Amino acid sequence: MAKFNLKINGNIQEVDVDPNTPMLWVLRDHFQLVGTKYGCGIAQCGACTVHLGDNAVRSCQLPVSAVGDKAITTIEGLSENGDHPVQKAWLEVDVPQCGYCQAGQIMTASALLKKNPSPSDAEIESAMDGNICRCGTYTRIKKAVKLAAVETENS
Amino acid sequence: MTVVKTKIGRRSFIKKSTLAGGGLVLSFNWLESCKMTSEEVSTLPKEWFKLNGYVKVGDNGLVTIMSPNPEGGQGVKTAMPMIVADELDIEWKEVIVEQAPLNTELYRRQFIGGSQAIRQGWNGLRMAGATARHMLKEAAAKTWDVSIKEITTKTGMLHHVSSNRSASYGEMASVAAMVPVPEEVALKEIGDFNIIGTSQKNVDGQNIVTGKPLFGLDTYKDGMLTAMIVHPPAFGMQLKSMDSTAIKSMPGIQDVFSIKVLDDDFTRQHFDTCAFLEVVAIVGKSTWEVMKAKKAISVQWEPIESYSEERQPYRGPRQTLTIPAGLESSEVHRKKMSEMTTRQSEVVRKDGNPELAFKNAANVIERTYTAPFLAHNCMEPMNFFADVKDGSAQLSGPLQKAELTELTLANRLGIPVEQIDIHMTRLGGGYGRRSYANWALEAALISKKMKAPVKLVYTREDDMTGGIYRPTYQVTYKAALDSKNNLTAIHINAGGIPESPLYADRFPAGAVENYLAESWTLNTNITIGSFRAPRSNFMASAEQSFLDEIAETIDKDPIEFRLELLEKAKNNPVGEKNDYDAERYAGVLNLVKEKSDWKSSDASLHRGVAAYFCHNSYAAQVLDVTMVNGKPVVQKVTCALDCGIVVNPDGAKNMAEGGIVDGIGNALFGELTFKNGVPEKSNFDTYRMIRMSEAPKEIDVHFVKNDIDPTGLGEPTFPPIFAALANALYKATGKRYYRQPFLSEESVNA
Repeated sequence: MAKFNLKINGNIQEVDVDPNTPMLWVLRDHFQLVGTKYGCGIAQCGACTVHLGDNAVRSCQLPVSAVGDKAITTIEGLSENGDHPVQKAWLEVDVPQCGYCQAGQIMTASALLKKNPSPSDAEIESAMDGNICRCGTYTRIKKAVKLAAVETENS
Repeated sequence: MTVVKTKIGRRSFIKKSTLAGGGLVLSFNWLESCKMTSEEVSTLPKEWFKLNGYVKVGDNGLVTIMSPNPEGGQGVKTAMPMIVADELDIEWKEVIVEQAPLNTELYRRQFIGGSQAIRQGWNGLRMAGATARHMLKEAAAKTWDVSIKEITTKTGMLHHVSSNRSASYGEMASVAAMVPVPEEVALKEIGDFNIIGTSQKNVDGQNIVTGKPLFGLDTYKDGMLTAMIVHPPAFGMQLKSMDSTAIKSMPGIQDVFSIKVLDDDFTRQHFDTCAFLEVVAIVGKSTWEVMKAKKAISVQWEPIESYSEERQPYRGPRQTLTIPAGLESSEVHRKKMSEMTTRQSEVVRKDGNPELAFKNAANVIERTYTAPFLAHNCMEPMNFFADVKDGSAQLSGPLQKAELTELTLANRLGIPVEQIDIHMTRLGGGYGRRSYANWALEAALISKKMKAPVKLVYTREDDMTGGIYRPTYQVTYKAALDSKNNLTAIHINAGGIPESPLYADRFPAGAVENYLAESWTLNTNITIGSFRAPRSNFMASAEQSFLDEIAETIDKDPIEFRLELLEKAKNNPVGEKNDYDAERYAGVLNLVKEKSDWKSSDASLHRGVAAYFCHNSYAAQVLDVTMVNGKPVVQKVTCALDCGIVVNPDGAKNMAEGGIVDGIGNALFGELTFKNGVPEKSNFDTYRMIRMSEAPKEIDVHFVKNDIDPTGLGEPTFPPIFAALANALYKATGKRYYRQPFLSEESVNA
């Protein structure tokens, strides 16, 4: 066990865990930030995607000891009132079905748009291909990413 | 206006809640962290008045509508309350939707399954809204001392025109709550709907995009422990012994023990399928600690003996099933199924004289189609929360058949059903898998042993290798053509391990003079269960690929060929019992033909068509493939759907799109194979799932407009797309696809 001071959604929080514990379980079990989902545990599905700094990472493969002083942002911290352009676009397009993968999809999409504010279809597909949606909402996800890109540009 | 009775016999559709507190308030707050905003709190009424199990009216006019069925992505939590709200005559923005608790007294069929929620809920939901509206009208009539016949409503307001009096629903709610439930009630005319038929957004959208705890896996309670199981590594194996001493001292681990999921003499209900009757439970303080212990545990397994189990199927008499011993392999399955091709099987339907028609045929086409076992792979792995005490239990989790799970829990735990309280969480996907809740039993038994609240979590590997698969199927189609290329006979020989996919009374039965349908099964110890559009999900693929091949052989347009057969089935049907309405079937084909611009002269498009009837609805699809850098790419799917009245059109489109993407994914990649009883895939690194780049670039969904009561929607777009894809790929590559997944065949390298 070891103590870590983590910057999560803007707050410094302390946790005392096995240094190998993936951030996914630190977030879910220790901070009750359950918006970050468990899907596969091997970085194949993207349900656990969070931001480490500005990068989208799979928190199931990110040991707590590797975080250091980098800021972690989860779906709960993406915006204060759930009004990030990507979240708004998701609602406008009415993307979700079961909804389980959508936090991960939104975190991947928001990291993409930060780096590339007007991605092509191919760039969206390439960035989003690591996130599985078992319900098959891909056409809506793509539409929402494009809408968010336009909204971001206009704002 | 249609007047309907609110009771049939002794069974009333609409009941007032009789439990203290309405039975609607849970004894502890499951979603405590779902805090409301101050704006939301300030608009809440001071008092709610319950008019029936579905409708609560607040003193300020806000209305809460209970959504009876669990939500797993089908959109029922939005669509079902929309139906109530329309009959209640209230503005949709004044409605708050709540998930109803499991309550078999107040609600009927709180299931996810068979695409039946809207179809079977339709009348009851309309009645719930209409009854509440009637009670509000009666309250106004009493208060104003006028006849109820003179009271009208308009979007949440009650009016008495001649005396120029008006009141909001909120003002009359307290009086209305005292009015008895009327014995009959008037429903709106279809043309008067003003919410049904308009697109409304997912009521949980905001909670989903902000990561609120909605799912079973998000359940948290103070003092809660986390549990995982270790099940045998192979079907046909069972627990022999384990050495838990080393892991018991690992950090956070509380206990390690084995549990008997079902007793040997337990009479199973239809959904009590369970492959592994004894599993090892590891209980600890946190998920990661339990996961580490799970990796370190040493367990010995041994082969099972053949055994029999008592089973009460969903319909029909009790059965005794024999579960064979042995470690099975897909290679052997394939060989055994292939041997069935030429064997005579059980004749399920016979029209005319098929033997003679085949004897006299100028040309016979015979094709065999196969499909593998499939895992459901819900994104939320199986999980369940249980807090079992002496004589009572509180449980929470994602269930498709909570009311049946409750009965099984009661039987297994020896606790009366009335003392079992199940909270139905949102499901992170179901597709059939969460009808079979062996993990709910496991969670309850672990909690009972620990005398503590426990959340059981399956790893992805436990989930994928835990059974309840779509069975592996095979069908051989044979067509007889006469010298003028008329289709004179069809012979279907269908079977599977351990279930046959045959629907003998479906198209093309009824459209062909001489018809023979045979069925067979082979047993297995690999467990199976419903998978989105059970059996149809294979039969549509084979049948619609085969019809495509016949059409090509006789040089007919594939849509025209189907329409001709349907015309015959409509005007001069063969046989007594045909499941489908030939006119509605033709309707979706005609609509998809028009909307896809079927006659398009674009030579770069390779197009495939398919249509199917299942779950009371009709779907037809045209799928367009283009070759990009030598590889087939699905550009567009045009889909026509006849599911009667569409409650929430955009939500319905979303569902249709999902079925199409899911179908393309499973057709191309879906496969679970076995070697010596061991599933050969256990996670998404090897079990390939469709991803964004492989999904159609565009999906265009059209509904047939009619006034028929709603029918199924969650499943009907899934089965035919397999064939639309196969038929389009044939046009693109020149190769027919007989074996799923299509990408297992060498010539495809997409």
